[in-house]
Amino acid sequence: MKHTQRIEDYKNDSPKFSRLWSERYLLFLEEITAVFDGFKALDIEALGIEHNELRVIIGPNGAGKTTLCDVVSGKTRPTTGSVYFDDAEITHESETEIVLLGIGRKFQTPTVFDSLTTYENMELALPGHQKLWPNLFGRAPAVERDRILEILERVGLAEELNREAKYLSHGQRQWLAISVLILSNPKLLLVDEPAAGLTDAETALTAELLLELKTDHTLIVIEHDMDFVRRLDSFVTVLNEGQVMAEGTLSKLQENEEVIEAYLGR
Amino acid sequence: MTKSTQNLRTGIAGISVFLIGLIGIPVLYFVGIIPIETVNMLGRYMAFAIVAVGLDLLWGYTGILSLCQAFFFALGGYAMGMYLVHHGPLDGDGIPRALYVVSSEVTGLTLPWFWKPFKYFPIAFLLGLALPGIVALLIGYFGFISRVRGVYFAILTQAITVAAWLIFCLNNMKLCGTNGLTNFVTIAGFELTHPNVKLGLYVSTVLSLGFAYIICRYVANSRLGRILIAIRDNENQLRFLGYKPHLFKMFVFVVAAMIGGLGGMLYAPQMGIFTPEYMTAKWSILMVIWVAVGGRGTLSGAVLGALVVNLSYNFITSKAPDYWLFVQGTLFIGVVLLFPDGLMGIWKRLAMRIGNRLSTREQVEISNVDVA
Ligand SMILES: Nc1ncnc2c1ncn2[C@@H]1O[C@H](COP(=O)(O)OP(=O)(O)OP(=O)(O)O)[C@@H](O)[C@H]1O
Ligand SMILES: [Mg+2]
Repeated sequence: MKHTQRIEDYKNDSPKFSRLWSERYLLFLEEITAVFDGFKALDIEALGIEHNELRVIIGPNGAGKTTLCDVVSGKTRPTTGSVYFDDAEITHESETEIVLLGIGRKFQTPTVFDSLTTYENMELALPGHQKLWPNLFGRAPAVERDRILEILERVGLAEELNREAKYLSHGQRQWLAISVLILSNPKLLLVDEPAAGLTDAETALTAELLLELKTDHTLIVIEHDMDFVRRLDSFVTVLNEGQVMAEGTLSKLQENEEVIEAYLGR
Repeated sequence: MTKSTQNLRTGIAGISVFLIGLIGIPVLYFVGIIPIETVNMLGRYMAFAIVAVGLDLLWGYTGILSLCQAFFFALGGYAMGMYLVHHGPLDGDGIPRALYVVSSEVTGLTLPWFWKPFKYFPIAFLLGLALPGIVALLIGYFGFISRVRGVYFAILTQAITVAAWLIFCLNNMKLCGTNGLTNFVTIAGFELTHPNVKLGLYVSTVLSLGFAYIICRYVANSRLGRILIAIRDNENQLRFLGYKPHLFKMFVFVVAAMIGGLGGMLYAPQMGIFTPEYMTAKWSILMVIWVAVGGRGTLSGAVLGALVVNLSYNFITSKAPDYWLFVQGTLFIGVVLLFPDGLMGIWKRLAMRIGNRLSTREQVEISNVDVA
């Protein structure tokens, strides 16, 4: 039971062999390796994320989960291999171009702009306002203000609108980073450990939000918290030592000896 | 107290200070309380304050520590100085004396081509803004695209300034060498020695300072201002929101450079001489000190810092010249260690304490302001 049907599919559907790959997949990684000083942090033969899929990636510390996000978002250049997104190759695009193509990201340690308020942090994430000159002369329309308030209310940050982000608690920063990602409305969301540092109730709400997004977005969610993963009830990829070890539903994986040995058992 | 009334108060305070500079000082001169030399000195310090405001937008808001603001200041100073030299005494075949005296060629010296445009005031003035702007655009393009940051950018800009200083010092560059630009006599037909002309230059400097301040304030308050702060906080994160930080950095670097050039252009005629000395490391660092002493990221702090540091320099060097370097060192270390927010920070803390005593309720309301 080492390889599920999906892994076989990837090989047949890969952009190299099939020009129709993009009908099924939004994102495709092909023969990707990322090597740091001779250390292979990532070694993926083929991995595809389907349209409107929520894919969970789990794996032990140092498995390469964050590195995978780095490669997709352009932060790290893969040593070999190609990344395809939405019908085109993006391996050599800059971070900014990749964002503009529609890939958004929440970092493992929630990064927000400390000297800006919660509201200002959100304002900067509004899509379509990234050019130089309009920012000097223009103003954001009121419709967008409502949208910002709506999201912040949902995650309970409406009270903190005018508070500088450096005064927010860890949980609130996590929320703000997630809210920023939701507001920026990308096609593909890379969500690295969204539940870290959140209470059980907050974790439940995060899962609910991510599942809602699934209706018109594609998501990759990295998480260690198994309760959270169970809530998401989605297809799971297990990474270990940079490689895809197994894929399947969480309940199937929990019966997989190899996965238990490497990760779940501990 | 809401944010808008707070803004109104600082606005009124700012305009009052500006009017004191614009009208108060000339009145003091006319009634005979201060001599024209003092007005002239204040005018030079306000020219420094102009550079400082630009540097604050760059360093205080955007977090880019540049050590070539002195170079931009000098480019402005040279543009204006070359204009002034054109209209001073001429030697040989109509060569400005300042250039003639450092020339190694005894005969047959002709005016170098690049001197010619500076004969006309409007052209010299535009070049005094454009040259620093173009140089900044080039440095910014190569520096920011290749992601030179923090202390490396400071070193890069310092190296460029030193290189420029060496070039300007060379006699055969035909920029008047280490002597610099001398023999200023008239500006736009007016005698530079006349008190009314000095007063006029002072007033122009105050107006320009107000103009530079308003430009920087507008940028800081626009949405772009928030992007600049975001660059200071976390440039990489901004990339992942789809921004190209290097464009914004180039923009603000060019603005600061042009403002620096403006300062230099106003400084030269009030000083009566302009030498390559302003491109030495000392001046670049001094400009950073002015902003640090006044308080980074406030704009008004930059003006305050430039004036306070230079006035104390003036005061101490006239009373006990040997001590100035100690005072300057103490001032800088003191600010860095004890008052990282500079004079503006001290002022804010005092105001807060007084405000607290007056009404604790008001403070509570401040923390609950709505965004409007
Ligand atoms: N830029 C880099 N330079 C050198 N080594 C790196 C770099 N990025 C990642 N690595 C290494 O690659 C390996 C995988 O790291 P990665 O952060 O992707 O793991 P992870 O699965 O996200 O772990 P965690 O669960 O702890 O977040 C680690 O050994 C890490 O040290
Ligand atoms: Mg990680």
